[in-house]
Amino acid sequence: MNAQIALLLGQDGVINGAIYALLALSILLVFSVTRVLLIPLGEFVSFAALTMAAMQAGKPALLGFLLVALSLAGLVMDLIDATRGGARRLRIGMLAMPAYVGVVTALSLALPLKDLGMALQALMTIALVLPLGPLLYRVLFQPIAGASALVLLIVAIAAHVALVSVGLLIFGPEGARTEPFSDSVFMLGEAVIQSQTLWVIGLSLLLIVLLYLFFERNLYGKALRATAVDRLGAQLMGISPELAGKVSFGLAAFISGLSGVLIAPITTIYFDSGFVISLKGFVGAIIGGLASYPVAALGAVALGLVEAFSTFYASSYKEVIVFTLLLPVLLWRSLAQKGVEDEK
Amino acid sequence: MTTIASGAPLLQVDALNVAYGKIEAVTGVNLKVGEGQIVTVIGPNGAGKTTLLSAIMGLLPATGAIGFAGAALNGTPIKDRIGQGLALVPETRALFSSMSVENNLELGAFRFHHRPARERQATMAEMYTLFPRLKERRTQRASTLSGGERQMLALARALMGKPRLLMLDEPSLGLAPLIVREVFRIISALRDSGVSILLVEQNARAALKVADYAYVLELGRVAAEGPAAELATDPRVIAAYLGMNSKHQERLAQ
Repeated sequence: MNAQIALLLGQDGVINGAIYALLALSILLVFSVTRVLLIPLGEFVSFAALTMAAMQAGKPALLGFLLVALSLAGLVMDLIDATRGGARRLRIGMLAMPAYVGVVTALSLALPLKDLGMALQALMTIALVLPLGPLLYRVLFQPIAGASALVLLIVAIAAHVALVSVGLLIFGPEGARTEPFSDSVFMLGEAVIQSQTLWVIGLSLLLIVLLYLFFERNLYGKALRATAVDRLGAQLMGISPELAGKVSFGLAAFISGLSGVLIAPITTIYFDSGFVISLKGFVGAIIGGLASYPVAALGAVALGLVEAFSTFYASSYKEVIVFTLLLPVLLWRSLAQKGVEDEK
Repeated sequence: MTTIASGAPLLQVDALNVAYGKIEAVTGVNLKVGEGQIVTVIGPNGAGKTTLLSAIMGLLPATGAIGFAGAALNGTPIKDRIGQGLALVPETRALFSSMSVENNLELGAFRFHHRPARERQATMAEMYTLFPRLKERRTQRASTLSGGERQMLALARALMGKPRLLMLDEPSLGLAPLIVREVFRIISALRDSGVSILLVEQNARAALKVADYAYVLELGRVAAEGPAAELATDPRVIAAYLGMNSKHQERLAQ
């Protein structure tokens, strides 16, 4: 291996690592606020990538139909809850989500997306993937919010399996790849730097800074953190757990939608590719002990680098090497842990 | 129940039942808290005191009627009860331990989230005058506070929401005697500033000293009730909860 190849692999690793880091952050956020291990996160990524690819291929973006179905289910559940709680709990706000979904779906079918350019396509893709988060929470997790972590995990796995099947139905079995944001290449001395790398790193960093500001400065961000720290305390401050759940799922869907848009030009994505991608985000999150955001992000970047270099040295063992990396981390964490925490 | 002297009842609980599965923890409890009153609920461990507060707050499902400021609370979510001016400081305090004192306070005013931030800042300044210790510690994490400071923070955080009725669950629990005295001093100062208080306490003597009206809860039922001063001299209450010679508790209450 010479320096040039090392640099190329390094770029690859950092790109993938940045995307894993974003996913690790979403997993942490959702887990700490709702106790749900969001396994379907990967489907948000693959749906975003495939939707964007469908737009560029001039095919209709069918994701909207899934949204319409989910939002109608959510509306029916809202209405059932409302009739149980008396008529005064009927709120006009219940119609906000179905209305949004209707508008986005109509736009995604009516606009000539193929000719609108990359930026608008990406925007439309994220607008389509974003409501998947809150809708999934409303339909699947809100009714069982008080259940044990194991039940939540099982439902998350079921949701993942169901969404993969829906993915096959909507997008078909073929893989797809989108055009890169730009083809330009920089020379940094001897090294070739693709502008795609800069896009991914720049957008990831921007998103991380925005998230940091949201959680440190904004009252709503603080309210989400508070829900993660002490659920009872947050409830007693009037922070509704349903809202916190929907917002955290929404943020996760937004982040993974963006990750999908970022990864689509780099890798060929199939309807079931999301799982392995989000699994690597999980590994990052676990390195952070499902608690520390910076450690999880660093762990995910390290994971991306290891993956890139193992592709070079032993490409058929790539996944084996990446997931074996988890063993020493788990061993170290279990030795460092002082006692077993009881689940509440 | 004509013994409640000052004003119409702010909180009125009628025939409240709370059950954990088949086990009834609270049975047929009637309770009133008047505007600007301190009402205390005393009783032994397991009498259902915490359960009673949780049911009023909406944390536990209950049957029976709960009326607050003239409106029925049955079935309303916790968030709406807080919006109407109820607040609970639970026994565990439920602080946001990894967040700063200032963030804890700010979140206490979350129910005013649609109001301008400077109103929250103004309330926070009031809290800092009431609890100067919290101002010194405002950038520290809540987990680094001492037991007394945590109780102060829990109180201040609840007051940030400007409640009309503040429910306190064992505010003196695990605190050093001098701090207990300080906590009770603050509780009666709060009443003087117009906040009604429903106080659950094991420290019966101190609670009766500060309260206007009292209920004795035993095995989920109201065993006795009356103006606090009368209950404090009731021989049965003295025998069961105050003890003949437990003058130290009284000293704490001064």
